This record gives sequence, structure tokens and C-alpha cells, in this order.
Amino acid sequence: MQLTLWTYEGPPHVGAMRVATAMKDVHYVLHAPQGDTYADLLFTMIERLPRRPPVTYTTFQARDLGSDTAELFKTAARDAFERFKPAAMLVGASCTAELIQDDPGGLARALELPIPVVALELPAYQRKENWGAAETFYQLVRTLAGPKVATPAVPRPTRAEGARPRCNLLGPTALGFRHRDDLREIRALVERMGIEINVTAPLDATPADIARLGDADFNVVLYPETASQAAHWLKRSFGQPFTRTIPIGAGATREFIAEVAQLAGIEAPALEDERSHAPWYARSVDSTYLTGKRVFVFGDATHAVAAARVASREMGFTVVGIGTYSREFAREIREAAALYGVEPLITDDYLEVEARVAELQPELVLGTQMERHIAKRLGVPCAVISAPVHVQDFPARHSPQMGFEGANVLFDTWVHPLMMGLEEHLIGMFRGDFEFHEDAAPSHLGGHVGTPAGVETPTLIEIVKEQAPAATAPEIVIDRHAEGPPAGITAMWAPDAEKELRKIPFFVRGKARRNTERYAQDHGVPVITIETLYDAKAHFSR
Amino acid sequence: MSPVIPIRAGSGCSDAPVRRERGQREVFCGLTGIIWLHRKIQDAFFLVVGSRTCAHLIQSAAGVMIFAEPRFATAILDERDLAGLADAQDELDRVVTRLLQRRPEIRLLFLVGSCPSEVIKLDLARAAQRLSAQFSPAVRVLNYSGSGIETTFTQGEDACLAALVPQLAAASDDAPALMVVGALADVVEDQFARLFAELGIGSVSFLPARRAARMPAISAGTRFLLAQPFLADTARALEARGARRLAAPFPLGAEGTTAWLRAAADAFGVSAARFERVTAPGRERAARALARHRLLLGGKRIFFFPDSQLEIPLARFLSRELQVELVEVGTPYLHRQHLAEELALLPEGTALSEGQHLEQQLDRCRAARPDLVVCGLGLANPLEAEGLTTKWSIELVFTPVQGYEQAGDLAELFTRPLLRREKLVA
Repeated sequence: MQLTLWTYEGPPHVGAMRVATAMKDVHYVLHAPQGDTYADLLFTMIERLPRRPPVTYTTFQARDLGSDTAELFKTAARDAFERFKPAAMLVGASCTAELIQDDPGGLARALELPIPVVALELPAYQRKENWGAAETFYQLVRTLAGPKVATPAVPRPTRAEGARPRCNLLGPTALGFRHRDDLREIRALVERMGIEINVTAPLDATPADIARLGDADFNVVLYPETASQAAHWLKRSFGQPFTRTIPIGAGATREFIAEVAQLAGIEAPALEDERSHAPWYARSVDSTYLTGKRVFVFGDATHAVAAARVASREMGFTVVGIGTYSREFAREIREAAALYGVEPLITDDYLEVEARVAELQPELVLGTQMERHIAKRLGVPCAVISAPVHVQDFPARHSPQMGFEGANVLFDTWVHPLMMGLEEHLIGMFRGDFEFHEDAAPSHLGGHVGTPAGVETPTLIEIVKEQAPAATAPEIVIDRHAEGPPAGITAMWAPDAEKELRKIPFFVRGKARRNTERYAQDHGVPVITIETLYDAKAHFSR
Repeated sequence: MSPVIPIRAGSGCSDAPVRRERGQREVFCGLTGIIWLHRKIQDAFFLVVGSRTCAHLIQSAAGVMIFAEPRFATAILDERDLAGLADAQDELDRVVTRLLQRRPEIRLLFLVGSCPSEVIKLDLARAAQRLSAQFSPAVRVLNYSGSGIETTFTQGEDACLAALVPQLAAASDDAPALMVVGALADVVEDQFARLFAELGIGSVSFLPARRAARMPAISAGTRFLLAQPFLADTARALEARGARRLAAPFPLGAEGTTAWLRAAADAFGVSAARFERVTAPGRERAARALARHRLLLGGKRIFFFPDSQLEIPLARFLSRELQVELVEVGTPYLHRQHLAEELALLPEGTALSEGQHLEQQLDRCRAARPDLVVCGLGLANPLEAEGLTTKWSIELVFTPVQGYEQAGDLAELFTRPLLRREKLVA
């Protein structure tokens, strides 16, 4: 048993729903108790779909338990087929139905429906949402494209002379973070390279499209979480190679273009056009203040690894931590962590993430909506880079993460919660002015939302005082929410040292404070005096 | 005791046939009740024993509330728990011990059963007893089931309160006392407490109370008023302890509130003059607030999908106080006895349905083209996309809607979507 307050991923059948809902002409019959229909509202409310997900639930109740539930399933499947006339059907069980051991696959076969029926085995007590989506997509691909697999030893027919190379775009689903816009962006990018798109799947694909997957020369994998299992199978079965680069960030997009060109057997075109603003913005002097800002990255592995790369190489941040909630992709995160010389964090317990953020004291958190709340509580600026996300991260405007426009979006999104350099500079110059003082919240944040890095709202004395009771309380992880940052601060600031600290320009003051406190802690100094302040300065400037 | 509402044989919908349907049900399970119950009982913690689906459901339904130091969590069953039952009990002890160490302020812990825990027959009652003995007197541990196979949405509250009833202290004597049953918003509860005091009804308590230690006492002198229509098991448990239910419609709208208060007034011998004097200002204010909404809602046709069992009282309020026409009133479960007064007030010939066959009900709804559809969030946007105007029903459970002062707010919940549609089209 695992004690859980918040879960990063839903159960695997929600992953299956994400695939079914993304597609056209597919219907999913889910053996599930009354209540499991709650998952519909993820699609109708968070993603704001104007239609119901194509899912029929058997909604069995206690009085149905026994032999009745199998019959209930058959009736539901038969009715769903007659009503929706899908071109293919998925059948499976949710966690409770898994326990009562009706066999949806066998029951559906007995109905002898005139369409392909894919039976899903989704172990709800071992696996989670992303795995469920990947498995569902893989099973669909196997069932629908499988009959076209060539006999072994028959070589793949070469492309006709003059014919354009063709690829599939794999991975985007319903309820995917920016999948809609990423797809539009990458589709345009690939088409501008002169490559034909054979099929995009699962999003917008029909079962007939899935059956045509083998016609492409290679595959573009946008989200390994959902597509890599299917891509591996397509490689084995049709000899289609697939891309490994995730085109998030301008640099990765350039690499992606090169990789796609190589797989397509064409010359890599120079596509970096006038729409690529982010690299210039990052070089402009206003961005100098971003240098070395300490950033913590958490999310699904694909987005976390990509974000860390952009943060470090395109924004000039320092990655102080990286982690993921998906154990399936722990290896990727460990590799990335080694690259930045930080500890990887592989956990689906958001309290552990919170503890790590509190410990690292980053100046920016890039994460999911959970990290958004953690950061808000700890007063750290934050931007969202990965699912799970709430309704505001399914925006009306075009807002990709991938491609050159995606890089522009990332720049704006990540810099926005930080105080703009010019603004920071002006406030520094007019320090003490009644409007432009250092405690003023950045104009674009409105009100007093959080405490942006570099802005010291309460004095340190106040913070230490507030935290004193928390320090003596037992280690209560859940309670920590209410108290803000955990009591890592042991040294008290003497009033004159506090005063002296405030003479340091406030945009480096946060760093000075952190360094001094660390110094005090390391050297067992109970009260920080002016002496300690300058000792620490000398210590760290070596 | 004079009857609350004169009921003539054959009047209203008392004997009306009810369409009973079985099929796919687009409803929440009882676990959802935790979301408002934990706000109400301030030192209670709700530990769901279930699957990742249960945790995901609560988090989806609770939205951002999950971050405000929630007093609910899920003990997620994994494969090891499914392998053997003895093991699961040990695991549960471990999880609860850890939880209570972390949350020393908790006084009441509910082990909430779910579909998976019910299907594998995990004995939560025994676990609750064992843990209660272990942690007493600091913490009491109770259990109830909020599983989808047994409960629909608000029935979770019924199961929770029914679990509390055997724990209520016996009152020292059988003096008449009034108990209001059903979680109400604090503001509504306070208004009712003031009204009962002005009526001169001395001993009034509310179940659930805001703190575990202040749950009301019960005796054969206890008369209880249901504030919510979904409390069948709780009422039965209260009656088993000698308390008696006061039959009344539910306190929605001016008329419902008046009749509900009158049931108590009559039982406690409050004079008609006093009742008139105390309730007149509230009734008058409610009437003024409702007049505005009647202009927009009068004559509109409304369709209720089943959700919370509040549908019939709401339909009664809308039809009688706002002249709304009822196309179909669906309810997940119809308790004939508790809703007798409500049914009598519904216009004759109202189409009533109990249970659900989602696709067939959608067909009926589309064919009827009502002006307003009350439904869950899974259906609301899809129906809007089809050109129907909807009111999402969960809000009716979370918003303070009972009593005189909220009558206008309640009406506004229904007028706002209509008004919005008008504005956006204009």
C-alpha cells in the first residue's frame, strides 16, 4: 500500500482513453464500475473537447457482481457497436473489473463483431497512465498494421525515383501537453523539408490510417512515452527507422532537422528562418541577468530532459536538479543528471519533489502543475513544461513547445515569471523611490503573488522567527505545506548584519544571503554578524 | 402535529409512474463526498483504500483544493496487497500509523472503502475497530464505503453520516431536541441556527458537527429534519436509535424552506403567529430576490440528468417558484418516503426517471431540445457544442443553496447560463 495525496499519472485505462479519444472511428468499451466515468471530464473540461470521449462504460454495480457482469459487458459492447459503428474497437477492464476477472477480450471475440477488436491488458495495480497509452497504441498498431507486415527476407521496396520521402508522426494523444500545437509545428517543419506526411497517429488517425503506417519510409517519434513501443515494433516489422531527437528548443530543432534529413536521405535544408526569435532574445543584453539562474526541472522524462538542455545551453541557466515521475524513463533522466552533475530524482511522490525543491532553493522551477503549486508555496517563480497540467495549459492560442516557434514560446514562458532584467535594473537604480522600491512585486505578476527571486519581501529576521516553531515540531511532511520552506536555516541574523545585507544590491542579495547562511551552517556559527557576512563573502569568492 | 402541506390523494406526482432505467451511468461514485465532508468536519481525515483510479478521481474532482493541506488521501493497493488479505491488514496499519504520526491534530479517521477494496473484501470494519482500539482515546477510526458499486455521488455522505450515528452519545434524558441532518455550508447552518433560536426551539444540533468531539447526542426525544434528500441510511440509523424523522420538503427556495421550518415549528409547538413573525422577513427577501430571475426563467423548459438526488427538490423549486417547465427529472435513486412531500408538490404529469441508460436519455434530451440541461461535467461541453444550454450539476452540491437568503443565488445558478448564451449571441 502506498500513501498518496497526489498522483502524477492516472491509471493505465486513462492512457487507453487518451489514445481512443485522440483517434477517429475508434470506440473503447471499458468494463468499469459506476463512477469511473469521472475520467470523461478530463477530456471535456481540461482539454475542453466539444464531444464526449468515445468510451462506453459498463458501469456495473454491487448487485451485478457474479455472473451478471460478463453479460453486462457483452450487451454494452454490442450496443456500442450498433450505435457508434466504429471501424475498430478497444475493449478492456479498469482496476476493479480486473479483479472480477471477466475476460473482455474473450467476451468481445464471442460477439463476432465485423470489425477489428483490440483486447487491452492493462495491469492497473502495476502500471500507470503513460504506460497504458503506449501499450494501447502499440496493440492498435500491431492489430491494424500487422496484416501488412512483409514476409521476412523480402527487402523493403525502394522509393520510386523522384518520389518524395514519406514519414509518420507518432505520439500525440488527447490530453497531451501541447500535443495539438506541437503536431501543427512539426508537420509544417517536416513538410517544408519536402517530406510527405503519411500518417499522424494516434491524434486524428482513423483505423484505416493505422493500417497504412507501413507505407512510410521512417517514423518521427514526438513523444517516446506514448510512441516508442509502437515505433520499435514498426522498425522490426517494416524496417522503418525512427527519430531520437526531441525537437524542443532551437538547438534540438536544428539537430532534429538534420536527423530527419538523414533518415529521409535528403540534404538538410537551412530552415532557421525569421521566426526563430529565441536565440537572439537570449543573446540580447536584457537577458544577461539570466546567466547562472539556478533552475530545477521536473516532469515527464522527455520534457524534463529537453527543458534541462534548453535551460543550460540556450538560456544560460544552471541546472541544479532534474527529475521525473515516470519510472519507465528513469535511465534518460539519470543520463541527463550526469550531464549536469546533479542528483537525479525519480519519484512519483510530490512530497519528495517538494523536499528537494526546498533543499535546493532554485531561482526557477520548471515542472508540472504540482511543481507550480510547490513553487507558489515556497515563493519561487515557476513555469510549466510537462503534464499533468490544468485547464490553463490547454490554451486557445497557438502555443507549441516544439520547433522554432516552440523555442520562442519557451523563452517567453520561462522568462515571464522571472523579473525582467530591465525592470530589475530600474528598480535597483531607483531603490528607495516610493514606487520603484525593491519590495514592489513585478508589474506583470500583479498583486503579491509569491516572492520572485532577488526580491526580499519579509526581512530575514521575520522569516527565521516564523520558522522557529516549525523547526522544533516533529518531522511532519504534510504539515510542511502550511509553513513554507522547511527549517533549513539554523543561524539567526544579527540586526546589524541584516542591515548590512540590505546594502548589498538586491539582485545579488539572495545569493549573498544563501552563501552566508551556508557558511554559518558549515562553520557552526549560531548568529550571523557583519563579520560572518564578510567572512562568507571572502570564503566564496576564492 | 398538523400536516406540513395538505396532500390530496392523486395530487402532484405522489403516485406518478417513474421510468426505471439500467445501462451506462454518467455519475460520480460516493468517494466524491469526501471533498465537501472534509471541509465540514475540521479534524477528520478521510483515507480511501483503493486504486490509483480512486486517487485520480478525487484529485480530478478536488481540483486545486488538493494543495490546501487536504485532509484526505488514498492508500493505493498494489499487487502485494492483492496477493493475500492478512498482509493487506498489516499494510493498512502501517499506513494509518504513519499518517497519524504526521497529522497529530486528527481526531477522527474514516477508512473509506472503494470498489477494489469491496471486491477483494478487505475487511475495513475490522481494521477500523482494531485501529480505534490502538489509537483511542486520541483518534476514533470509523469506516464506510464510498465505492461506485454501492454508492452514487452524494450517497457517500449518507454512508459517512450513517457510520457516525452509532458513535453518537446517548443524551442524558429524553427531552425533545432537534437535530438537523446533512452537511450544510457553515453560512447556511448559522442562518438556520438563528431561525430556530428565534422560533424558540431550544436544543438544536447539526449532524455532522464541525468538530469530531462535538457530534450531537441522541435520544428517544430527538426529532430530526433532513436537510438533504440523499440520507436514507443515515435516517434509518437514527431511527434505530429512537430518533424520529420530521417529514418535510427540503429547504430549497422560499416555499421549501418555509415548509421545512414549519415541520420543526409544528413538532415543537411554535405558535402560528410566532412562526409568521420569524419567517416573514426571510420569505419577503427571498420573494424579492426570485422575482428578477422569474422574468428570465419563467416558461423555460428544463431537463435534469441524474446526479445527486437533489433533482426532485430542485425541480419543485424551479417549477413552483420560477414557473419553469419540467421536461424530465432524472435522479440516481428515488426514496419515495423521504421525497413524499416533494413529489406531492411537483406538477402532475412530470416525467420522472430513476437510474440511467445514458445513450437513451441523451436521445430523449436531444429530441426534446430543452432550454436548459442540468448535467455533469462529462456531458456539459459536448451538449453545449450541440447547441444546448447546460448547467453543470456539481456546483449545486458545492454552493450554499439552502434557506431564504440563498434562494436568489440558487435561481441565479440556473439563469446565468441562459443569460450568458443570450449575451454571446448578441
